[in-house]
Amino acid sequence: MSVTQLSSPTPHGGAAPQSTGAPAPVLQLTGISKRFNGIVALNGMNLNIRAGEVMALIGENGAGKSTLVKTLTGIYQPDGGAITLDGKPVSFGSPQEAMAAGITAVHQETVMFDELSVAENIYVGRQPVTGTARRIDWKRIEAEAEALFARLEVDLPVRARVKDLSVAQRHFVEIARALSQEARVVIMDEPTAALSQREIRELYRIIAQLKAAGTAVIFISHKFDEIYQVADRYTVLRDGNFVAEGNLADISESELVALMVGRAVHQAYPKEVAAIGGPLLEVENLCHPTEFDGVGFTLRKGEILGFYGLVGAGRSEVMQALFGMTADVRGTVRLDGKAIRVTTPEEAIAHGIAYVPEDRQHHGAHLTMPIMHNITLPILSRIGFFLLGGKRAAETAIARHFSEQLELKANHLTQHVAELSGGNQQKVVLGKWLATEPKVIILDEPTKGIDIGSKAAVHRFISQLVTRGLSVILVSSELPEVLGMADRVVVMHHGRVQRVFERADATPERVVAAASGIELVENNLEVQ
Amino acid sequence: MNLLKQREFLLALMVVILIGLVGLRAPVFLAPSSLANLVTDSTLLVMLALTQMLVIVTRGIDLSVASNLALSGMVAAMLASHNPGLPLTIVVAVAILVGLGLGLVNGWLIGYLQLPPIVITLGTMSVYRGMVFVLSGGAWVSAHQMPHDFIAFPLTRLLGLPHLVWLAAAMLALMAFLARHTRFGRDLYAVGNAPQCAGYIGIPIARRLLWVYGLSGAVAGLCGYLWVARYAVAYTEVAYGFEFTVIAACVIGGVSIGGGIGSVPGAMLGALFLSVIGNALPVLQVSPFWQSALTGLVILIAVLINARGKTSRGRQILPLHTNDMKSAA
Repeated sequence: MSVTQLSSPTPHGGAAPQSTGAPAPVLQLTGISKRFNGIVALNGMNLNIRAGEVMALIGENGAGKSTLVKTLTGIYQPDGGAITLDGKPVSFGSPQEAMAAGITAVHQETVMFDELSVAENIYVGRQPVTGTARRIDWKRIEAEAEALFARLEVDLPVRARVKDLSVAQRHFVEIARALSQEARVVIMDEPTAALSQREIRELYRIIAQLKAAGTAVIFISHKFDEIYQVADRYTVLRDGNFVAEGNLADISESELVALMVGRAVHQAYPKEVAAIGGPLLEVENLCHPTEFDGVGFTLRKGEILGFYGLVGAGRSEVMQALFGMTADVRGTVRLDGKAIRVTTPEEAIAHGIAYVPEDRQHHGAHLTMPIMHNITLPILSRIGFFLLGGKRAAETAIARHFSEQLELKANHLTQHVAELSGGNQQKVVLGKWLATEPKVIILDEPTKGIDIGSKAAVHRFISQLVTRGLSVILVSSELPEVLGMADRVVVMHHGRVQRVFERADATPERVVAAASGIELVENNLEVQ
Repeated sequence: MNLLKQREFLLALMVVILIGLVGLRAPVFLAPSSLANLVTDSTLLVMLALTQMLVIVTRGIDLSVASNLALSGMVAAMLASHNPGLPLTIVVAVAILVGLGLGLVNGWLIGYLQLPPIVITLGTMSVYRGMVFVLSGGAWVSAHQMPHDFIAFPLTRLLGLPHLVWLAAAMLALMAFLARHTRFGRDLYAVGNAPQCAGYIGIPIARRLLWVYGLSGAVAGLCGYLWVARYAVAYTEVAYGFEFTVIAACVIGGVSIGGGIGSVPGAMLGALFLSVIGNALPVLQVSPFWQSALTGLVILIAVLINARGKTSRGRQILPLHTNDMKSAA
């Protein structure tokens, strides 16, 4: 396992920001930090962007890219550090202020009004008005929108409703909006995620236009081929820290991957040795029309199978399909050697498959219900139909048993889940699924957004699960968690299984490379 | 072809067909005086449906309109009956201002305190209705207590049409302008379409909500006077349950309860549709109890039509084209 030692933010492999001859940056971030409830999201982040250049922002899932973008666009306010625009210090109290200053973002979750027309979407909130009646000047809005699209050389009907547009066309609307505001800096957060090849080429052409017009572009992508094609320079961040910046011409893909994943500290994971038995859950050629294709893997008894991939690679979708939540799924699933067909979560639970979803606020816990009722919810039918007398006592006993096992910190079992901390909420959700006595438990991002102490408790608990004979599928976007906990790692990319690594072979570089869909040149790393 | 796809056009067609069908059974329904009556009867519903439409477009709802109408109407009736010399314009202005005030209370609670519209207006619906009783002591204000001009105004004809129709026409024009050609109106659509995004784009959401409920209240106030004067009586149960007729008109008119969708012609036609049903059933000698069942049926059909094609597909994760896959792999 190679660990790049980088304890302090040192510029690496690239020129210093103000090298000789380089123009002053349009936008400069120095020492930006941001914390959420004590969790550090950004720590001393630096970024320098010059007019007419494309800066690639590179980092793993959770490295802080999104937080950085939200800080830049005024959605978050930084706790420390300085932002300067054209050499003048600025601070954005709201998204409008950032927009007024000329910083706009083409988000993954786009700021779009589906029912309004294309032209109106560009000018919404600032429509030009005429006359004493302050009547909206629709002619001017539509003419200017047409002019913008003519400039972008994009053919888009300005009166079409946005809900009828493709993803790419929506991006063009956002870019037109940015242009209409004379944006100095345009941030593109994975703009190519759902585009076709032809649309991507069109996007590249527009980025080139923006460059030529002197607009600075921040380009966020996980695809290295795109980054090399579009961007001039790069900034790498990791765990909220600035790692390196430089010219893309001076660095190779594998060097970038090393910068992304290199870790200063080895976190200790409480992985206990469990006897791994024969195959328990075998999945073959699982397909869905849009979400995933040809997915196959085997989960063995007593194994922790890690699932790694970039956000949106289709991991959660596969798990939801296994749990019977998705229609139109084809493929073979065998449990204990017998083929099973799961079309509803109820059937999945009956087969002994439990799924703990990623978004516990929305899918996992019933926040306004007591802890006890949350835990016993999936097994109520086993306790009895009328929960009276002895049945009621049995329900309480089950709830108590699991909350004690999970070291749940709560005043009493009738406390509402909403009043608990994130970590304890997660424990309630885990307890709920353990009560179903599953054979296979699928944990989707079990430690997302919970504090470090609770994380350790959850990790300890996962280890205990397998020693008791359960098999665990651990879906996580946190590389150290996957590498620390899993016996094998399945890496998904674009809805397909890219590679499966044994624990010993799963180096951060290889896993990240596989998740990014690139083949590392591994002459000295190859272990066979 | 495009016209046929417009739901407003389809709705207008349905209204015309409905009138025609009723006319086949009872030709008296098609008499000019009967049709004129139909239009006059529909005016209050049309006006209230228009402002309710704007409220629903913001993902809100105003359940308090009918209570507001009753309270403003009672204020106007009592004011006029106690001060027979007071000019009618003052009485009407007071009714509108009372309605506006009551609407702004809703708007402030919903906009600035960000409380859920359905709960707030459910509460004020009862409060305002109760206030009518408190104000009047449960007594009626009847025709003989009201000044003559107070009662006469709504049905007085100007250029051959009653004032009610002129007012409704003016309201239609005003709302059409508001909804399409003002920042205020467009912002309502943006707020209802994507509240989060509306904030990002810099729309003053709280202020817009305050005034849209204020507008709904002001129109309810005006309709309060018109209702009380038209039927020449004011009492606690005036327009009891009418808020649901107003909301039904909007739903039939294609206004989406989910917000962001709704048009002035749609709301107007929805109101007309319900008025036709309401006026036709007595002519056809159908029990009035059928009316609510029929209205309900029409709402269900309208919702079913609106719900078509809204099932979501999965996310697009797989590359769309084969040449993408090559570059991605």
